[in-house]
Amino acid sequence: MNNRINFSKFFNIANIFSLIAVLISIMFLFFKGLNYGVDFKGGTLLEIRIENKNIQIQSLRSSLNIPELGDVSVKEFGEKGDFLIKFEKNANENEKFISDLKDIVSKKINSTVNFRRVETVGPKVSSELLKQGVTAIVLALSAMLFYIWIRFEWQFSLGSIIALMHDVIITLGIFSILSFEVNLSIVAAVLTIVGYSMNDTVVIFDRIRENLLKYSKFKTNEIADISVNETLSRTVITSLTTLLALFSIFILGGEILKGFSFAMILGVIIGTYSSIFVASPVLNYFKVTQKTLLKDDDI
Amino acid sequence: MLSFTKIKVLSIYFILISAIFFASLNLKNNNLIDKNVNLGLDLQGGSYILLEIDTKPLVNQKLQAKVIPIKKLLNENKINFKDFIISPESISLTVDIKKQTKLKNLFFKQTKNTVNNFITDYNKFELDINFNQNKAIIKFSNFGLVSLNNSVLKQSIEIIRRRIDDVGTKEPTILQRGDKRILVELPGIDNPERVKELLGKTAQLTFRLVSEDDGFGSEKLILSENNEELIVNKRVVISGDNLVDAQPQFDNQSNQPIVLFTLDRQGAQKFGKITTENVGRRLAIVLDNSVISAPQIRESITGGTGTISGGFSFQESTDLALLLRSGALPAPINIVEERTVGPDLGKDSIDAGIFSLIIGFILVIIFMFIKYRIFGLISNISLIANLVMMVGILTILEATLTLPGIAGIILTVGMAVDSNVLIYERIKEELKTEKSIIHAFDTGYNKAKITVIDANVTTLIAAVILFIFGSGPVKGFAVTLGIGIITTLFSAYFIARHLTSVIVLNDKEGKYFKL
Repeated sequence: MNNRINFSKFFNIANIFSLIAVLISIMFLFFKGLNYGVDFKGGTLLEIRIENKNIQIQSLRSSLNIPELGDVSVKEFGEKGDFLIKFEKNANENEKFISDLKDIVSKKINSTVNFRRVETVGPKVSSELLKQGVTAIVLALSAMLFYIWIRFEWQFSLGSIIALMHDVIITLGIFSILSFEVNLSIVAAVLTIVGYSMNDTVVIFDRIRENLLKYSKFKTNEIADISVNETLSRTVITSLTTLLALFSIFILGGEILKGFSFAMILGVIIGTYSSIFVASPVLNYFKVTQKTLLKDDDI
Repeated sequence: MLSFTKIKVLSIYFILISAIFFASLNLKNNNLIDKNVNLGLDLQGGSYILLEIDTKPLVNQKLQAKVIPIKKLLNENKINFKDFIISPESISLTVDIKKQTKLKNLFFKQTKNTVNNFITDYNKFELDINFNQNKAIIKFSNFGLVSLNNSVLKQSIEIIRRRIDDVGTKEPTILQRGDKRILVELPGIDNPERVKELLGKTAQLTFRLVSEDDGFGSEKLILSENNEELIVNKRVVISGDNLVDAQPQFDNQSNQPIVLFTLDRQGAQKFGKITTENVGRRLAIVLDNSVISAPQIRESITGGTGTISGGFSFQESTDLALLLRSGALPAPINIVEERTVGPDLGKDSIDAGIFSLIIGFILVIIFMFIKYRIFGLISNISLIANLVMMVGILTILEATLTLPGIAGIILTVGMAVDSNVLIYERIKEELKTEKSIIHAFDTGYNKAKITVIDANVTTLIAAVILFIFGSGPVKGFAVTLGIGIITTLFSAYFIARHLTSVIVLNDKEGKYFKL
């Protein structure tokens, strides 16, 4: 262990950095909020492909200048001639609405329009989906908390949950700052991040517990340092292979998976960071020592 | 011990070979067993439609029907009342406080109760009565509402199934969701707008006489053909319930598309009587509060068949006939969520998904080989076995593969090597202190076991919660992620370990141990 990296030296500065990042994220989430997709806000989403590839986004936008639609957003989506359109109107109120809209747009821009995807979510369903998403994330966090509490001591459980919250809040904060759309697949990504980050934390905690029992004369921070170093190559390799797979989805997996894989990439990076720099220092703050483990075993 | 007993090794190969067999069922031209992975709507194209029934009008209708029995009950038992008011969800009346107990007892009488039905399934009454000073309020009880919703939902599902079967969609899924919703999944549908129109229509058909004077018992309705305003009698001559068949046809003379309908015996008698008595008057054919046509009765129609013409296109006459055949929905129905993916987008998604899967896979394999050489190769073999087993299990379960599901597989590829990495890194540490190579491998596997299990259980928890709360495509992600964890554990602790043991035990000089 000659080439040991002294992680614990950076614990304090990293914690201050994390704290600031979390606070900024919370501020953004509170004041700017998230850019909810139709899943959570209700409304209609259309993915269209226009035969005439040279159509400009401006002319498409002006062709959609129909007051009835409400707030309309148009953006390019992948290939040339592919666009993503979102508007507030719930197209389900009238069954013919979509086919009528198709005719109007085709006529206005003078080219055949193919509606590749139509998603319409009513206000009641969207609020239910949002509630479900939040419940799922809260439930996942509690289940993790419970699992770690059973497998380790409560200090570990608290440490891991603080790290998880840190990951979720910062990931969502970045989505808020960049105004990226949050939809059902982002919730799936956040839950996977929770699982992944937990996975990372558990590996380090396992080693910390083992080393706490092995060495009695080291301080908690030193134990954390040794453990993080021992598991470091694993942490790096797993993050790398996961990131390789994720970047391949992000770049080649098509437009629909872009948001999902972006959230996952963020989560893997933040999750790896937090297992080392957030979860481990927490153990020190709670004065976890060999005695903590032994005392618990006696009970 | 590092190595397995012969029987265990055989079992590992057996499981692997069965996985390859099941996975291969997805290849084209297999006629062996009819099992394969289904593609989700986002991959093969199709519509996901969530419908919600609106029982409010029905609740009101049912309450209206209670008015006469309630008044009869009050009168028969000499309970004086006044201010009898019917609102959409309740009936209120003023009753003397002294008589209220008597009313309550009558209201919840177990036998011969003409007002309040006892629902045996729930052991509860359909209606509730509440007293507030001298006011009594009658409402549907929670159980009454649930049982009403349930019966409406069951009937609606039946009717919707008939409509969809009639359109001829392949393999539709129609499911009850909660107590108010119906989920319809239509894979590979080419005209979702038409189906949506068919699903959303209540299709309440009535034949009613057009009257001259705008008095009580008549209402103004619009004739959809030419927007003419007609005064139509509220009394229904015959309704869609009397219909036994309806077919689209062409009129012999005008060559216009029309709908030919056939009435049941009771309907035919009534229809004959009315048409005989009202020759010269106009008969309005009303569908969901709009008049399709209002022809003049030229002669009495006693044969029990008739035609509806309303300037239809052939498609419209086909759809109308279909709606009439399937019957009216017991309550209005609304589309609350719709997701439709066109077939070409689905194909693009599969291509992109599979392509990124292959690239991600190759990248991980190269990385592992460079990092761990011979053991990287073992890890790669177990990774391939892992993928084959995932596909095999998905096939056995006939699970639905969605685009997020493919993402789940790719993610598994990235995360699956974690178990092997954990184990190899552990062995590396053991090799530093341990003299015997075999012993180092053995301890490495054993010590890493707890960590590997802990690490995978946490991801499994996330997958299970996603499966419970996720809908549609996201559920597909949870399925592949969950299955991936199980196959990962198997491939790391059985396949990779077996291969490792073969190499370690045969390599006496230790030339491969450059981990």
